[in-house]
Amino acid sequence: MQALFDEFPVILGAFWLTIRLTLASGLLALVLGTILAGMRVSPLPVLRGIGTAYVNIVRNTPLTLVIVFCGLGLGLVLDVSFSTSLSTNYLWLSIIGLSAYTAAFVCEAIRAGINTVPLGQAEAARAIGLTFFQNLRLIVLPQALRAVIAPLGSVLIALIKNTTIAAAIGVGEASLTMKTLFESHGDAVVPIFFGFALGFLILTLPTGLLFTWLSKRLAVVR
Amino acid sequence: MTENGDTTPLVVLADVNKHFGNLHVLRDINLTISRGEVLVVIGPSGGGKSTLCRAINRLETIDGGTITFNGQPLAAEGKTLAKLRSEVGMVFQSFNLFAHKTILENVTLGPIKVRGIAKAEAERRGMELLDRVGIGAQASKYPAQLSGGQQQRVAIARALAMDPKMILFDEPTSALDPEMVQEVLDVMIGLAQEGMTMMVVTHEMGFARRAANRVVFMAEGQIVEENTPEEFFTNARTDRAKDFLSKILTH
Repeated sequence: MQALFDEFPVILGAFWLTIRLTLASGLLALVLGTILAGMRVSPLPVLRGIGTAYVNIVRNTPLTLVIVFCGLGLGLVLDVSFSTSLSTNYLWLSIIGLSAYTAAFVCEAIRAGINTVPLGQAEAARAIGLTFFQNLRLIVLPQALRAVIAPLGSVLIALIKNTTIAAAIGVGEASLTMKTLFESHGDAVVPIFFGFALGFLILTLPTGLLFTWLSKRLAVVR
Repeated sequence: MTENGDTTPLVVLADVNKHFGNLHVLRDINLTISRGEVLVVIGPSGGGKSTLCRAINRLETIDGGTITFNGQPLAAEGKTLAKLRSEVGMVFQSFNLFAHKTILENVTLGPIKVRGIAKAEAERRGMELLDRVGIGAQASKYPAQLSGGQQQRVAIARALAMDPKMILFDEPTSALDPEMVQEVLDVMIGLAQEGMTMMVVTHEMGFARRAANRVVFMAEGQIVEENTPEEFFTNARTDRAKDFLSKILTH
Protein backbone atom coordinates (compact mmCIF):
# COMPACT_ATOMS: atom_id res chain seq x y z
CA MET A 1 0.00 0.00 0.00
CA GLN A 2 2.80 2.41 0.93
CA ALA A 3 4.03 2.28 -2.66
CA LEU A 4 0.66 3.67 -3.85
CA PHE A 5 0.94 6.67 -1.53
CA ASP A 6 4.61 7.26 -2.34
CA GLU A 7 3.94 7.24 -6.06
CA PHE A 8 0.63 9.12 -5.85
CA PRO A 9 1.86 12.21 -7.76
CA VAL A 10 3.22 9.96 -10.53
CA ILE A 11 -0.07 8.04 -10.72
CA LEU A 12 -2.06 11.27 -10.75
CA GLY A 13 0.13 12.63 -13.54
CA ALA A 14 -0.38 9.43 -15.55
CA PHE A 15 -4.17 9.64 -15.23
CA TRP A 16 -4.06 13.31 -16.12
CA LEU A 17 -2.43 12.27 -19.38
CA THR A 18 -5.16 9.63 -19.83
CA ILE A 19 -7.78 12.34 -19.37
CA ARG A 20 -6.06 14.67 -21.84
CA LEU A 21 -5.79 11.85 -24.38
CA THR A 22 -9.48 11.07 -23.92
CA LEU A 23 -10.68 14.66 -24.18
CA ALA A 24 -8.59 15.53 -27.23
CA SER A 25 -9.36 12.27 -29.05
CA GLY A 26 -13.03 12.36 -28.04
CA LEU A 27 -13.50 15.87 -29.36
CA LEU A 28 -11.75 15.13 -32.65
CA ALA A 29 -13.65 11.84 -32.99
CA LEU A 30 -16.96 13.63 -32.44
CA VAL A 31 -16.19 16.15 -35.18
CA LEU A 32 -14.83 13.57 -37.63
CA GLY A 33 -17.57 11.06 -36.78
CA THR A 34 -20.29 13.67 -37.39
CA ILE A 35 -18.76 14.58 -40.75
CA LEU A 36 -18.57 10.88 -41.66
CA ALA A 37 -22.20 10.34 -40.66
CA GLY A 38 -23.17 13.32 -42.82
CA MET A 39 -21.27 11.75 -45.71
CA ARG A 40 -23.00 8.41 -45.19
CA VAL A 41 -26.46 9.95 -45.56
CA SER A 42 -25.52 12.43 -48.30
CA PRO A 43 -27.27 12.30 -51.68
CA LEU A 44 -23.88 12.02 -53.42
CA PRO A 45 -22.86 8.37 -54.01
CA VAL A 46 -19.13 9.28 -53.93
CA LEU A 47 -19.37 10.74 -50.42
CA ARG A 48 -21.50 7.81 -49.23
CA GLY A 49 -18.88 5.41 -50.64
CA ILE A 50 -15.99 7.16 -48.91
CA GLY A 51 -17.87 7.23 -45.60
CA THR A 52 -18.78 3.55 -45.80
CA ALA A 53 -15.27 2.50 -46.80
CA TYR A 54 -13.73 4.51 -43.97
CA VAL A 55 -16.00 3.04 -41.32
CA ASN A 56 -15.59 -0.53 -42.53
CA ILE A 57 -11.81 -0.36 -42.82
CA VAL A 58 -11.07 1.51 -39.61
CA ARG A 59 -13.67 -0.22 -37.44
CA ASN A 60 -12.34 -3.64 -38.42
CA THR A 61 -8.68 -2.88 -37.82
CA PRO A 62 -7.30 -3.64 -34.33
CA LEU A 63 -6.63 -0.39 -32.48
CA THR A 64 -3.08 -1.49 -31.68
CA LEU A 65 -2.36 -1.62 -35.41
CA VAL A 66 -3.93 1.80 -35.94
CA ILE A 67 -1.81 3.30 -33.13
CA VAL A 68 1.38 1.60 -34.29
CA PHE A 69 0.67 2.80 -37.84
CA CYS A 70 0.32 6.34 -36.54
CA GLY A 71 3.49 6.11 -34.45
CA LEU A 72 5.73 4.30 -36.92
CA GLY A 73 4.01 4.96 -40.25
CA LEU A 74 3.12 8.61 -39.81
CA GLY A 75 5.77 9.46 -37.25
CA LEU A 76 8.91 7.68 -38.43
CA VAL A 77 8.35 6.87 -42.11
CA LEU A 78 6.31 9.88 -43.26
CA ASP A 79 8.02 12.13 -40.72
CA VAL A 80 4.79 13.81 -39.57
CA SER A 81 5.84 16.10 -36.75
CA PHE A 82 3.77 18.17 -34.34
CA SER A 83 6.50 19.13 -31.91
CA THR A 84 10.26 19.02 -31.47
CA SER A 85 9.66 17.23 -28.19
CA LEU A 86 9.56 13.51 -28.92
CA SER A 87 7.01 12.72 -26.19
CA THR A 88 4.65 15.53 -27.29
CA ASN A 89 4.95 14.32 -30.87
CA TYR A 90 3.98 10.75 -29.98
CA LEU A 91 1.19 12.05 -27.80
CA TRP A 92 -0.33 13.81 -30.83
CA LEU A 93 0.26 10.83 -33.09
CA SER A 94 -1.60 8.62 -30.63
CA ILE A 95 -4.42 11.19 -30.45
CA ILE A 96 -4.70 10.98 -34.25
CA GLY A 97 -4.89 7.20 -34.09
CA LEU A 98 -7.43 7.16 -31.24
CA SER A 99 -9.67 9.76 -32.82
CA ALA A 100 -9.50 8.19 -36.30
CA TYR A 101 -10.52 4.84 -34.77
CA THR A 102 -13.19 6.19 -32.44
CA ALA A 103 -14.69 8.34 -35.21
CA ALA A 104 -15.85 5.17 -36.99
CA PHE A 105 -17.89 4.20 -33.92
CA VAL A 106 -19.17 7.76 -33.40
CA CYS A 107 -20.27 7.80 -37.05
CA GLU A 108 -22.24 4.58 -36.67
CA ALA A 109 -23.90 5.78 -33.45
CA ILE A 110 -24.93 9.07 -35.08
CA ARG A 111 -26.15 7.27 -38.19
CA ALA A 112 -28.35 5.14 -35.97
CA GLY A 113 -29.57 8.39 -34.41
CA ILE A 114 -30.37 9.87 -37.82
CA ASN A 115 -32.57 6.82 -38.43
CA THR A 116 -34.60 7.67 -35.32
CA VAL A 117 -35.51 11.11 -36.72
CA PRO A 118 -38.85 10.75 -38.55
CA LEU A 119 -38.61 11.34 -42.29
CA GLY A 120 -41.27 14.04 -41.95
CA GLN A 121 -38.79 16.26 -40.07
CA ALA A 122 -36.40 16.35 -43.02
CA GLU A 123 -39.30 16.73 -45.47
CA ALA A 124 -40.70 19.70 -43.57
CA ALA A 125 -37.22 21.25 -43.56
CA ARG A 126 -36.88 20.75 -47.30
CA ALA A 127 -40.38 22.13 -47.81
CA ILE A 128 -39.47 25.49 -46.24
CA GLY A 129 -36.44 25.72 -48.52
CA LEU A 130 -33.55 24.60 -46.31
CA THR A 131 -30.59 23.20 -48.27
CA PHE A 132 -29.20 19.72 -47.56
CA PHE A 133 -26.52 21.07 -45.20
CA GLN A 134 -28.90 23.42 -43.37
CA ASN A 135 -31.31 20.52 -42.99
CA LEU A 136 -28.57 18.31 -41.56
CA ARG A 137 -27.13 21.01 -39.29
CA LEU A 138 -30.35 22.59 -38.00
CA ILE A 139 -32.94 19.81 -38.02
CA VAL A 140 -31.61 16.29 -38.42
CA LEU A 141 -28.28 16.22 -36.54
CA PRO A 142 -29.47 18.08 -33.41
CA GLN A 143 -32.26 15.52 -33.00
CA ALA A 144 -30.04 12.58 -33.99
CA LEU A 145 -27.31 13.55 -31.50
CA ARG A 146 -29.80 13.90 -28.67
CA ALA A 147 -31.14 10.44 -29.46
CA VAL A 148 -27.71 8.80 -29.20
CA ILE A 149 -26.21 10.45 -26.11
CA ALA A 150 -26.29 7.16 -24.19
CA PRO A 151 -24.55 5.14 -26.96
CA LEU A 152 -22.03 7.97 -27.35
CA GLY A 153 -21.37 7.60 -23.61
CA SER A 154 -20.47 3.96 -24.24
CA VAL A 155 -18.17 5.03 -27.05
CA LEU A 156 -16.49 7.51 -24.68
CA ILE A 157 -16.06 4.84 -21.98
CA ALA A 158 -14.49 2.55 -24.58
CA LEU A 159 -12.22 5.44 -25.60
CA ILE A 160 -11.09 6.02 -21.99
CA LYS A 161 -10.01 2.41 -21.78
CA ASN A 162 -8.61 2.40 -25.32
CA THR A 163 -6.18 5.21 -24.43
CA THR A 164 -4.09 2.47 -22.77
CA ILE A 165 -3.15 1.30 -26.28
CA ALA A 166 -1.17 4.54 -26.68
CA ALA A 167 1.38 2.80 -24.46
CA ALA A 168 2.28 0.78 -27.56
CA ILE A 169 4.13 3.81 -28.92
CA GLY A 170 5.49 4.87 -25.57
CA VAL A 171 2.93 7.44 -24.44
CA GLY A 172 3.23 7.45 -20.64
CA GLU A 173 -0.48 7.25 -19.79
CA ALA A 174 -1.86 5.23 -16.87
CA SER A 175 -1.22 1.68 -18.10
CA LEU A 176 2.38 2.32 -19.15
CA THR A 177 3.05 4.06 -15.83
CA MET A 178 1.56 1.04 -14.07
CA LYS A 179 4.05 -1.27 -15.82
CA THR A 180 6.91 1.03 -14.87
CA LEU A 181 5.79 1.05 -11.23
CA PHE A 182 5.54 -2.78 -11.24
CA GLU A 183 9.25 -2.83 -12.06
CA SER A 184 10.28 -0.38 -9.36
CA HIS A 185 7.93 -1.79 -6.70
CA GLY A 186 8.08 -5.54 -7.26
CA ASP A 187 6.71 -6.16 -3.75
CA ALA A 188 3.53 -4.11 -4.35
CA VAL A 189 2.23 -5.38 -7.69
CA VAL A 190 -1.26 -6.20 -6.41
CA PRO A 191 -1.96 -2.86 -4.63
CA ILE A 192 -0.61 -0.93 -7.59
CA PHE A 193 -2.76 -2.96 -9.98
CA PHE A 194 -5.91 -2.33 -7.93
CA GLY A 195 -4.98 1.32 -7.53
CA PHE A 196 -4.89 1.77 -11.29
CA ALA A 197 -8.02 -0.32 -11.83
CA LEU A 198 -9.79 1.93 -9.30
CA GLY A 199 -8.47 4.98 -11.14
CA PHE A 200 -10.12 3.80 -14.37
CA LEU A 201 -13.37 3.10 -12.54
CA ILE A 202 -13.32 6.64 -11.14
CA LEU A 203 -13.16 7.90 -14.73
CA THR A 204 -15.59 5.50 -16.39
CA LEU A 205 -18.41 5.05 -13.86
CA PRO A 206 -19.33 8.76 -13.53
CA THR A 207 -19.04 9.09 -17.33
CA GLY A 208 -21.69 6.40 -17.73
CA LEU A 209 -23.94 8.00 -15.12
CA LEU A 210 -23.50 11.47 -16.59
CA PHE A 211 -24.38 10.34 -20.12
CA THR A 212 -27.43 8.38 -18.93
CA TRP A 213 -28.62 11.48 -17.08
CA LEU A 214 -27.92 13.72 -20.09
CA SER A 215 -29.73 11.36 -22.46
CA LYS A 216 -32.86 11.55 -20.35
CA ARG A 217 -32.64 15.28 -19.86
CA LEU A 218 -32.00 16.15 -23.50
CA ALA A 219 -34.31 13.57 -25.12
CA VAL A 220 -36.54 15.07 -27.83
CA VAL A 221 -40.18 14.62 -26.83
CA ARG A 222 -42.37 13.58 -29.76
CA MET B 1 -54.52 38.13 -54.21
CA THR B 2 -53.97 37.59 -57.94
CA GLU B 3 -50.60 39.30 -57.86
CA ASN B 4 -50.69 42.52 -59.88
CA GLY B 5 -53.42 41.01 -62.00
CA ASP B 6 -50.97 38.37 -63.29
CA THR B 7 -53.13 35.93 -65.23
CA THR B 8 -50.44 33.38 -66.16
CA PRO B 9 -51.08 30.06 -64.40
CA LEU B 10 -49.06 29.43 -61.21
CA VAL B 11 -48.63 25.68 -61.64
CA VAL B 12 -48.79 23.69 -64.86
CA LEU B 13 -48.48 19.90 -64.89
CA ALA B 14 -48.16 18.39 -68.36
CA ASP B 15 -48.28 14.63 -69.04
CA VAL B 16 -46.88 13.84 -65.59
CA ASN B 17 -46.18 10.17 -64.90
CA LYS B 18 -44.78 8.43 -61.86
CA HIS B 19 -44.20 4.82 -60.85
CA PHE B 20 -43.47 3.27 -57.47
CA GLY B 21 -41.89 0.04 -58.72
CA ASN B 22 -44.60 -1.63 -60.78
CA LEU B 23 -47.29 0.65 -59.43
CA HIS B 24 -48.26 3.41 -61.86
CA VAL B 25 -49.29 6.09 -59.33
CA LEU B 26 -49.59 9.10 -61.63
CA ARG B 27 -50.89 8.54 -65.17
CA ASP B 28 -50.65 11.34 -67.75
CA ILE B 29 -51.66 14.07 -65.33
CA ASN B 30 -52.49 17.40 -66.96
CA LEU B 31 -53.48 20.09 -64.52
CA THR B 32 -53.27 23.85 -64.29
CA ILE B 33 -53.62 25.85 -61.10
CA SER B 34 -54.39 29.54 -61.44
CA ARG B 35 -53.25 32.26 -59.07
CA GLY B 36 -55.68 32.70 -56.20
CA GLU B 37 -57.43 29.44 -56.93
CA VAL B 38 -58.45 26.93 -54.26
CA LEU B 39 -58.22 23.48 -55.77
CA VAL B 40 -59.48 20.50 -53.79
CA VAL B 41 -58.29 17.04 -54.72
CA ILE B 42 -60.45 14.17 -53.55
CA GLY B 43 -60.63 10.48 -54.27
CA PRO B 44 -60.10 7.03 -52.83
CA SER B 45 -56.95 6.16 -50.85
CA GLY B 46 -54.03 5.04 -53.00
CA GLY B 47 -55.38 7.02 -55.93
CA GLY B 48 -52.29 9.23 -56.20
CA LYS B 49 -53.63 12.39 -54.54
CA SER B 50 -50.80 12.80 -52.04
CA THR B 51 -48.17 11.90 -54.61
CA LEU B 52 -49.55 14.58 -56.92
CA CYS B 53 -49.46 17.13 -54.11
CA ARG B 54 -45.89 16.18 -53.10
CA ALA B 55 -44.68 16.23 -56.71
CA ILE B 56 -45.39 19.95 -57.00
CA ASN B 57 -42.57 20.88 -54.60
CA ARG B 58 -40.57 17.83 -55.67
CA LEU B 59 -40.77 15.89 -52.43
CA GLU B 60 -41.59 13.18 -54.97
CA THR B 61 -39.68 13.11 -58.25
CA ILE B 62 -41.56 12.29 -61.43
CA ASP B 63 -40.63 9.84 -64.19
CA GLY B 64 -42.13 11.70 -67.12
CA GLY B 65 -43.76 14.96 -68.13
CA THR B 66 -43.09 18.44 -66.81
CA ILE B 67 -44.11 20.54 -63.84
CA THR B 68 -43.80 24.30 -64.14
CA PHE B 69 -44.10 26.65 -61.18
CA ASN B 70 -44.51 30.37 -61.77
CA GLY B 71 -43.21 29.94 -65.31
CA GLN B 72 -40.10 28.00 -64.27
CA PRO B 73 -39.70 24.22 -64.71
CA LEU B 74 -38.90 22.45 -61.41
CA ALA B 75 -35.13 22.22 -60.96
CA ALA B 76 -33.21 19.18 -59.75
CA GLU B 77 -31.97 19.11 -56.12
CA GLY B 78 -29.92 22.17 -55.25
CA LYS B 79 -30.17 25.87 -54.51
CA THR B 80 -32.73 26.61 -57.24
CA LEU B 81 -35.06 23.89 -55.96
CA ALA B 82 -34.61 25.09 -52.37
CA LYS B 83 -35.63 28.57 -53.48
CA LEU B 84 -38.71 27.22 -55.24
CA ARG B 85 -39.70 25.22 -52.16
CA SER B 86 -39.40 28.33 -50.03
CA GLU B 87 -42.14 29.85 -52.22
CA VAL B 88 -44.46 26.85 -51.90
CA GLY B 89 -45.78 26.23 -48.41
CA MET B 90 -46.54 22.68 -47.38
CA VAL B 91 -48.78 21.37 -44.63
CA PHE B 92 -48.46 17.67 -43.88
CA GLN B 93 -50.90 15.12 -42.55
CA SER B 94 -48.62 14.41 -39.58
CA PHE B 95 -47.82 18.14 -38.93
CA ASN B 96 -44.03 17.54 -38.94
CA LEU B 97 -43.25 20.44 -36.64
CA PHE B 98 -39.56 20.48 -35.71
CA ALA B 99 -39.68 18.50 -32.47
CA HIS B 100 -36.59 20.09 -30.88
CA LYS B 101 -37.64 23.69 -31.54
CA THR B 102 -40.21 25.83 -29.78
CA ILE B 103 -43.41 26.85 -31.55
CA LEU B 104 -42.02 30.31 -32.27
CA GLU B 105 -38.71 28.87 -33.50
CA ASN B 106 -40.64 26.57 -35.82
CA VAL B 107 -42.23 29.61 -37.42
CA THR B 108 -39.11 31.82 -37.55
CA LEU B 109 -36.54 29.23 -38.71
CA GLY B 110 -37.38 29.53 -42.41
CA PRO B 111 -37.53 33.34 -42.52
CA ILE B 112 -34.20 33.61 -40.64
CA LYS B 113 -32.23 30.83 -42.34
CA VAL B 114 -33.72 30.86 -45.84
CA ARG B 115 -34.80 34.48 -46.30
CA GLY B 116 -32.09 36.04 -44.14
CA ILE B 117 -34.57 38.16 -42.17
CA ALA B 118 -33.30 39.59 -38.86
CA LYS B 119 -34.30 37.54 -35.80
CA ALA B 120 -36.26 40.32 -34.11
CA GLU B 121 -38.26 41.05 -37.25
CA ALA B 122 -38.89 37.32 -37.88
CA GLU B 123 -40.12 36.93 -34.30
CA ARG B 124 -42.43 39.93 -34.54
CA ARG B 125 -43.95 38.56 -37.74
CA GLY B 126 -43.98 35.01 -36.29
CA MET B 127 -45.97 36.15 -33.25
CA GLU B 128 -48.40 37.96 -35.56
CA LEU B 129 -49.01 34.75 -37.49
CA LEU B 130 -49.30 32.64 -34.33
CA ASP B 131 -51.86 35.09 -32.95
CA ARG B 132 -53.72 34.88 -36.21
CA VAL B 133 -54.05 31.07 -35.95
CA GLY B 134 -54.82 31.40 -32.25
CA ILE B 135 -51.61 29.89 -30.83
CA GLY B 136 -49.85 33.08 -29.68
CA ALA B 137 -50.05 32.10 -26.02
CA GLN B 138 -48.19 28.83 -26.65
CA ALA B 139 -45.23 30.37 -28.51
CA SER B 140 -42.57 29.17 -26.07
CA LYS B 141 -43.86 25.59 -25.78
CA TYR B 142 -42.59 22.59 -27.71
CA PRO B 143 -44.70 20.81 -30.37
CA ALA B 144 -45.29 17.70 -28.23
CA GLN B 145 -47.01 19.90 -25.61
CA LEU B 146 -49.72 20.97 -28.10
CA SER B 147 -52.81 19.14 -29.32
CA GLY B 148 -52.94 17.90 -32.89
CA GLY B 149 -55.21 20.71 -33.99
CA GLN B 150 -52.91 23.30 -32.42
CA GLN B 151 -49.85 21.69 -34.03
CA GLN B 152 -51.49 21.77 -37.43
CA ARG B 153 -52.37 25.45 -37.01
CA VAL B 154 -48.72 26.12 -36.15
CA ALA B 155 -47.74 24.21 -39.29
CA ILE B 156 -49.96 26.55 -41.30
CA ALA B 157 -48.36 29.57 -39.61
CA ARG B 158 -44.93 28.11 -40.42
CA ALA B 159 -45.92 27.88 -44.08
CA LEU B 160 -47.35 31.43 -44.06
CA ALA B 161 -44.17 32.83 -42.50
CA MET B 162 -42.39 32.27 -45.80
CA ASP B 163 -44.93 34.44 -47.66
CA PRO B 164 -45.53 31.59 -50.10
CA LYS B 165 -47.08 32.00 -53.53
CA MET B 166 -49.15 28.92 -52.77
CA ILE B 167 -49.71 26.35 -50.03
CA LEU B 168 -50.05 22.61 -50.53
CA PHE B 169 -52.19 20.79 -47.96
CA ASP B 170 -51.64 17.03 -47.88
CA GLU B 171 -54.61 15.63 -45.93
CA PRO B 172 -54.24 18.27 -43.21
CA THR B 173 -57.06 16.99 -41.01
CA SER B 174 -56.77 13.23 -41.49
CA ALA B 175 -54.62 12.65 -38.42
CA LEU B 176 -56.74 14.83 -36.13
CA ASP B 177 -59.27 13.92 -33.48
CA PRO B 178 -62.74 14.79 -34.83
CA GLU B 179 -63.28 17.72 -32.50
CA MET B 180 -60.07 19.37 -33.71
CA VAL B 181 -60.83 19.22 -37.40
CA GLN B 182 -62.96 22.36 -37.46
CA GLU B 183 -60.37 24.68 -35.89
CA VAL B 184 -57.93 23.77 -38.67
CA LEU B 185 -60.53 24.05 -41.42
CA ASP B 186 -61.53 27.48 -40.11
CA VAL B 187 -57.98 28.72 -40.57
CA MET B 188 -57.89 27.23 -44.07
CA ILE B 189 -61.22 28.79 -45.03
CA GLY B 190 -59.88 32.14 -43.83
CA LEU B 191 -56.85 31.77 -46.09
CA ALA B 192 -59.03 30.77 -49.04
CA GLN B 193 -61.18 33.86 -48.55
CA GLU B 194 -58.08 36.06 -48.53
CA GLY B 195 -57.14 34.71 -51.94
CA MET B 196 -54.27 32.38 -51.10
CA THR B 197 -53.58 29.87 -53.87
CA MET B 198 -54.20 26.47 -52.31
CA MET B 199 -54.14 22.86 -53.36
CA VAL B 200 -55.88 20.76 -50.75
CA VAL B 201 -55.92 16.97 -50.67
CA THR B 202 -58.72 16.15 -48.28
CA HIS B 203 -61.66 13.97 -47.37
CA GLU B 204 -63.51 16.95 -45.89
CA MET B 205 -66.40 17.36 -48.32
CA GLY B 206 -67.80 20.27 -46.33
CA PHE B 207 -64.57 22.20 -46.85
CA ALA B 208 -64.59 21.35 -50.55
CA ARG B 209 -68.14 22.66 -50.94
CA ARG B 210 -67.48 25.79 -48.97
CA ALA B 211 -64.02 26.91 -50.02
CA ALA B 212 -63.06 25.24 -53.30
CA ASN B 213 -63.17 26.94 -56.69
CA ARG B 214 -62.64 23.62 -58.39
CA VAL B 215 -62.70 19.95 -57.44
CA VAL B 216 -60.41 17.37 -58.98
CA PHE B 217 -61.39 13.74 -58.51
CA MET B 218 -58.51 11.26 -58.73
CA ALA B 219 -58.59 7.48 -58.81
CA GLU B 220 -56.07 4.86 -59.91
CA GLY B 221 -53.50 7.55 -60.65
CA GLN B 222 -55.68 9.44 -63.10
CA ILE B 223 -57.68 12.62 -62.98
CA VAL B 224 -61.15 11.21 -63.56
CA GLU B 225 -63.15 14.39 -63.27
CA GLU B 226 -62.62 18.14 -62.87
CA ASN B 227 -65.67 20.12 -61.88
CA THR B 228 -67.05 22.95 -59.80
CA PRO B 229 -67.83 21.83 -56.24
CA GLU B 230 -71.53 22.44 -56.71
CA GLU B 231 -71.76 20.39 -59.91
CA PHE B 232 -69.47 17.67 -58.59
CA PHE B 233 -71.40 16.95 -55.42
CA THR B 234 -74.88 17.22 -56.87
CA ASN B 235 -74.38 16.03 -60.41
CA ALA B 236 -71.04 14.28 -60.97
CA ARG B 237 -70.35 13.48 -64.62
CA THR B 238 -68.41 10.22 -64.26
CA ASP B 239 -69.62 6.91 -62.85
CA ARG B 240 -66.41 6.46 -60.88
CA ALA B 241 -67.01 9.74 -59.07
CA LYS B 242 -70.69 8.95 -58.51
CA ASP B 243 -69.72 5.58 -57.04
CA PHE B 244 -67.18 7.23 -54.72
CA LEU B 245 -69.63 9.91 -53.59
CA SER B 246 -72.40 7.38 -52.97
CA LYS B 247 -70.10 5.54 -50.58
CA ILE B 248 -69.04 8.56 -48.55
CA LEU B 249 -72.17 10.68 -48.58
CA THR B 250 -74.72 8.08 -47.46
CA HIS B 251 -74.15 8.62 -43.74
